[in-house]
Amino acid sequence: MKERFILGFPPECSDRPITYHLIKDYRFKVNILRAEITPGKEGRLLIEAEADSKDFERGMDFLRRERVLVYPLKRRLNIDLERCIHCGICTAVCISGALDMERRNWQITFNVAQCVGCELCIKACPLRLIQLNFLNNLNG
Amino acid sequence: MPKTIDEINKKIKKGEAVVLTAEEVKEMASSSGIKEVAKKVDVVTTATFGPMCSSGAFINFGHTRPGIRMAKIWLNDVPAYAGLAAVDAYIGATELSETDPNYGGAHIIEDLIKGKDIRLKAIGTGTDCYPRKTVETYINKDNINECFLFNPRNAYQNYNAATNSSKKTLYTYMGILLPNFGNVTYSTTGELSPLLNDPGLRTIGIGTRIFLGGTQGYVAWNGTQFNTTTARNRKGIPIGPSATLALIGNLKKMKPEYIKPAIFEHYGISLFVGIGVPIPVLDQEIARAVSIRDRKIETLLCDYGAEGHPPIARVSYEELKSGSIVINNRKIKTGPLSSIYVARRIAKVLKRWIVSGRFLLSEPVAPLPRRSRFKHLIIRKGGKR
Repeated sequence: MKERFILGFPPECSDRPITYHLIKDYRFKVNILRAEITPGKEGRLLIEAEADSKDFERGMDFLRRERVLVYPLKRRLNIDLERCIHCGICTAVCISGALDMERRNWQITFNVAQCVGCELCIKACPLRLIQLNFLNNLNG
Repeated sequence: MPKTIDEINKKIKKGEAVVLTAEEVKEMASSSGIKEVAKKVDVVTTATFGPMCSSGAFINFGHTRPGIRMAKIWLNDVPAYAGLAAVDAYIGATELSETDPNYGGAHIIEDLIKGKDIRLKAIGTGTDCYPRKTVETYINKDNINECFLFNPRNAYQNYNAATNSSKKTLYTYMGILLPNFGNVTYSTTGELSPLLNDPGLRTIGIGTRIFLGGTQGYVAWNGTQFNTTTARNRKGIPIGPSATLALIGNLKKMKPEYIKPAIFEHYGISLFVGIGVPIPVLDQEIARAVSIRDRKIETLLCDYGAEGHPPIARVSYEELKSGSIVINNRKIKTGPLSSIYVARRIAKVLKRWIVSGRFLLSEPVAPLPRRSRFKHLIIRKGGKR
């Protein structure tokens, strides 16, 4: 299994090497795409994680026990393509290339596998059609 | 042999006119040549659908009984200009709501087109002829008198592309410009754009009938900031902002898919305006102009991270539309601001109107200015009386 997640670290787990355990104990192949710490609040890590399905489940259990929030990226970003006018303004800020123009029909394409969750497109969309969905923390 | 607009209109009425979109005619020119275009094609439809801040609508609300001379007006908390006769107003697209930063004049225009009710609040001083001092009610496009879009500056004949050399992200009317030349944005639709298909403005003038927001509109005047001094390339295309159009049309007949409010983060509100302009192919010179492709249409790439937005490169629309350009040996992502997708649809709709005989071409009543300079505002202390 290979998927992109945003891990949300509450302040109380800042003293534990959680990513180390994911790699070492649960054999996750981790590619860190983005990391940020909000002062006094939480740390956020965007990772692409690959593991076999059994390790994957065990790793998720571990994160749950450690009270780390897990947001799968593909369920986070929601684009209302029905109302989209395909102006392309969002593609200009999407440096990962997840949002791009299909140059035959000049329509927006969104490839979630390339998204790094930078959220710039949300601010860029002049019709405000791109939204974050906060309801999908896998740890409930 | 040269044609006249009158002859083309006769063909349109008989259902015999040959009408192609700007993209179709360029394909034809590359396979059959310019002479063939001049001989066979009567009309070329051009279009654009981009954010155009200098837009707005005049409204006449009708009189209450007893009447009020409206001195201040708000529509859904968005101030409208009231310095006209008693119940006339102008709502500008970029005017912001006093209560909601993500709502403005452009949204009022959209809500009017959609037939929604809008809260009108107005105050006056009370006069002998208009004694009322306040009014609060709801209006929509069916219970007001005239409501027409009158946009002082639309359809720019070319515009700068934008990038940012500075170390911080810039929030501009050209979209979000990432630091250290992080991206490039451009706002013209290039080879599909109206005024780039008639660079000498031979067929477009005051009174030209056009597609505006889904209905028929007209060129009212030259647009503001009209500039004929911009340098031109070998094909006669201005390299950067030059001519503009002031446009007018009946808002009540417009369609919401061709007029859309836009929010630019940390900048403000603007309005996407759908415009289609027919170009009559009168002779070989015009046939040549409508056949010019994106690789021969160029603009200046300006650095919005530096004072005065100086140009740093000359780029073609072929490069800009490819998705990336190279600056200082680095590949930089490009993104459009105008919807080519919707512009193509407008060009096709206008083509259909003409083919079906519902839309006739108009001879310009007067030409657009041949000479006009863009002046800067000089700040000075004290003025001559």
